[in-house]
Amino acid sequence: MDQTLSEFGNVFVFFLLGVVFVAGGYLTARMLRPSRPNPVKTSTYECGEEAVGSAWVKFNIRFYVVALIFIIFDVEVVFLFPWATVFRQLGSFALVEALVFAGILILGLVYAWVKGDLDWVRPTPSVPKMPEMPASKSTSQRD
Amino acid sequence: MGNSLNAWSDALAGFQPAGLPLGLLIIAAIPLVFIALYALTYGVYGERKISAFMQDRLGPMEVGKWGILQTLADILKLLQKEDIVPTSADKFLFVIGPGVLFVGSFLAFAVLPFSPAFIGANLNVGLFFAIGIVALEVVGILAAGWGSNNKWSLYGAVRSVAQIVSYEIPAAIALLCGAMMAGTLDMQQINILQSGTYGFAHFFLFQSPIAWLPFLIYFIASLAEVNRAPFDIPEAESELVAGYFTEYSGMKFAVIFLAEYGSMFMVSAIISIVFLGGWNSPLPNIGPIALNDMTTGPVWGAFWIISKGFFFIFVQMWLRWTLPRLRVDQLMYVCWKVLTPFAFVSFVLTAIWEIYVP
Repeated sequence: MDQTLSEFGNVFVFFLLGVVFVAGGYLTARMLRPSRPNPVKTSTYECGEEAVGSAWVKFNIRFYVVALIFIIFDVEVVFLFPWATVFRQLGSFALVEALVFAGILILGLVYAWVKGDLDWVRPTPSVPKMPEMPASKSTSQRD
Repeated sequence: MGNSLNAWSDALAGFQPAGLPLGLLIIAAIPLVFIALYALTYGVYGERKISAFMQDRLGPMEVGKWGILQTLADILKLLQKEDIVPTSADKFLFVIGPGVLFVGSFLAFAVLPFSPAFIGANLNVGLFFAIGIVALEVVGILAAGWGSNNKWSLYGAVRSVAQIVSYEIPAAIALLCGAMMAGTLDMQQINILQSGTYGFAHFFLFQSPIAWLPFLIYFIASLAEVNRAPFDIPEAESELVAGYFTEYSGMKFAVIFLAEYGSMFMVSAIISIVFLGGWNSPLPNIGPIALNDMTTGPVWGAFWIISKGFFFIFVQMWLRWTLPRLRVDQLMYVCWKVLTPFAFVSFVLTAIWEIYVP
């Protein structure tokens, strides 16, 4: 029976050791620390005020657009890494192919750029107009 | 890629807990001890002292000579602190969040070659694995931020995830340039390709005039990936209290801290491996004085890669007190409209250089 692990087996040993380390840390702390919770202590921190509602709310759609653009480029990079190891043997033809592949995705980046999806919500300082107060009315009220 | 999948399934098939060799556990324990020691000494104490000297202060001075035992006192304090789990939090996500963060950061250490004789797992896709496994931290951050059910935590987590995910693109393309120069993804092999009697002249950074571009791009992007200044808006204390770890205390906080310092060393080590020769000595042989041969070997290798890593961590700390924090829109601008196009330019130039200029 082969007793040695493959290289990914070594990674698994690292994984086990990491989990054991974190669990051991939690356990040691649990044996040493006091535990005296009370409702005020375990309430959600909101700068000393009582928490208003829950934090589990709908979130700005911009973050999802960023995630989408990221996935496209990340998949591209995944495909380019194997190519990077052999492109010198493959020569000019593979280079042109890789450039076309990257070029199509760069077009996608240009599209997102032109559409304004890469701009974060820009602060447009707009001073709200004060409703004009009829001067005569206010003076009459004061009387 | 097929090879690695085969190896993975073989590993699972041949895995027997009873037959786990003790030697492997020791090999895995060395990086763990290293992270703990480095985070305690250089990470916390060093950062506080360096910050203090840059601001013309003394820093910690009370505990021990020159405050050298300050971190030990901090750890003892963190161990005894009450662990508060908010009533409204999602307990499961709240507890596993720091664990996922730490394990993600620690797994990347498995493929770091600490010396010619020492590497945890010599994967043939080492570089790719390191880039991929760091993304696991995103899951930990999101779990911690969402699980806390705290507005500060959620904002910090979502900002952090958007930032890490965005900057991963220029970082990965910059490392792709390094992989193209090496022609392999094997971390030890990348180091071996950069060794030679002329020392630093063999490093990829000095091998082509284009290598400077991916080097700088990766350095800037790596700052954002580990949430360091000037890209530290996820933890901007003036607006978000502490970001995604606002609700954490005691040991869970310590684990998050350890994971952050672990990632800092990890990105610094990757940049030194891919562009600055990793465990190779930068000293050249000058005529009869064989400086390079004298400073090459398993122990010297560990010395060189750790000092290169520590140098980049020093630069990270230095930048923290030099540059102001970026706004969210500026952050996205720098990533998508500056770094990504330049990363593609460096990708095309490196490809042309490697094929047509031998």
